[in-house]
Amino acid sequence: MNNRLLTLMRPFIIIAVLIAAWQLFVILTGAPKYMLPAPMEVLQTLIKRSDVLFDHARYTIAEIIIGLFAGSMLGALAALPMALFAPVRFWLMPMLLVSQAVPFFAIAPLLVLWLGFGMASKIAMAALIIFFPVTVAFFDGLSRTEPGWLDLGRTMGANRWRLLAHVRLPAALPAFASGFRVATAVAPIGAIIGEWVGSSHGLGYLMLHANARVQIDMVFACLLVLCAFSITLYFLVDRGLRAALPWQPDSLAPHR
Amino acid sequence: MRNKALPVDPAPVPHTGFDVCLRRACVAFDGQDIFHDLDLDLPANSFTCLLGPSGVGKSTLLRYLAGLVDDAASGEITCSDSLNLQGRVAYMAQQDLLLPWRSVRENVVLGAVLRGNRPDFARADALIAETGLSDAAHVRPTALSGGMRQRAALARTLMEDRPVVLMDEPFSALDPLNRLRLQDLAARVLRGKTVLLVTHDPLEALRLGDRVLVLRGSPARLQDAIIPDGDIPRDVTDPDILHLQGELLRLLGAYDQTGIAS
Repeated sequence: MNNRLLTLMRPFIIIAVLIAAWQLFVILTGAPKYMLPAPMEVLQTLIKRSDVLFDHARYTIAEIIIGLFAGSMLGALAALPMALFAPVRFWLMPMLLVSQAVPFFAIAPLLVLWLGFGMASKIAMAALIIFFPVTVAFFDGLSRTEPGWLDLGRTMGANRWRLLAHVRLPAALPAFASGFRVATAVAPIGAIIGEWVGSSHGLGYLMLHANARVQIDMVFACLLVLCAFSITLYFLVDRGLRAALPWQPDSLAPHR
Repeated sequence: MRNKALPVDPAPVPHTGFDVCLRRACVAFDGQDIFHDLDLDLPANSFTCLLGPSGVGKSTLLRYLAGLVDDAASGEITCSDSLNLQGRVAYMAQQDLLLPWRSVRENVVLGAVLRGNRPDFARADALIAETGLSDAAHVRPTALSGGMRQRAALARTLMEDRPVVLMDEPFSALDPLNRLRLQDLAARVLRGKTVLLVTHDPLEALRLGDRVLVLRGSPARLQDAIIPDGDIPRDVTDPDILHLQGELLRLLGAYDQTGIAS
């Protein structure tokens, strides 16, 4: 019972400790408000400006979620033919590796140029960052099917596509889930970078705007909203994947 | 991944048995012969056990018969009814190879699903009952013990309803008591099929085999078949069986290595 209580309390304890450390740092260094605002000041701004924050957060959240699904879909769609057809693998894999040598932050301005100031360029940025980890994880899962299962399928007279649908794809889902978890963690980076480079909406835009006007409390308020959303999203995705793949061996379940 | 052209939906095969003859089989890995010009006969409806030390090529021989060896293999497999062996073989490995996302029942009907046929759940349930898994039919394999998992694999093998059954050390990962139970079950449910069971356990071979073959040497050769008396499953505490076990151990080379006095 005690353990259960501790598990429930843990996130709040972690947050309280972080806020206390922040407050302590402000007190000890005597940092001025325009350098590092105290937690209470940020909280006040968060409440006072919640309408503005919410208005801009809508855009960022939509970009993150759409980018996450678009990038993961593209990753899965690239991994499948690579796992199934050797020629596709030989041609596509080097191209993917080369594409990873391009610094994505550097092409963000190009995306804005090509796709405009709206959400499309941010979604593209998030999707681009997500694409590779998902492709690699899923491809890995598809190419590591237990050989015994393939042998069994062969003696059973399995057709290639049914073997894919009933054995190889389900067997690769845990690997895909790992890629999707990584994608969930990095998707906000893509959206924010995209907003920094050129936009008229979103938390990234709001942060840049506030930073230029030395409204550092507002910058922190944006960060808090972004963190809260990112953590909630990761938690939901993680829970959802665990529920969807209950057969997956899981000896290190973090939420007991 | 290769996918040899196997018949997608093998026509129902006649249940009258047929002999399987393997002639001049050669399999090499990395230029080294595992076996060379090997001949093997599997008489119709008989239980043949193939015994040999680890790494001698027992599994390779079994996989060759199952059509799972592609590289550097030659030889001729004929059946006495002059039909092809391919598509008439069920294969059971040392690992149960149950798919962890499917329940026991869904695993048992896997063959039909992979061939795109409508699974015969009534028959699957009958086989699940016969292997003593009725209570676990809707459970995923991870929730089962090793013995139960191997029972499920046996039910899946029987579900294929093929005249020839090839088994690669199917019970070697089980504790002794479970192994005896599974051997009894296998002897009962596989009656009337042409079975080749690969094992490294002489007592298992003597308990289950109508004939016991020993594969040894490099390249591996088959020794003359030992044909123990009595019906299977035999009692492994029978003095005659224990005597034969000594003979098998001698054939396997136990006495030259361990120095046990004969």
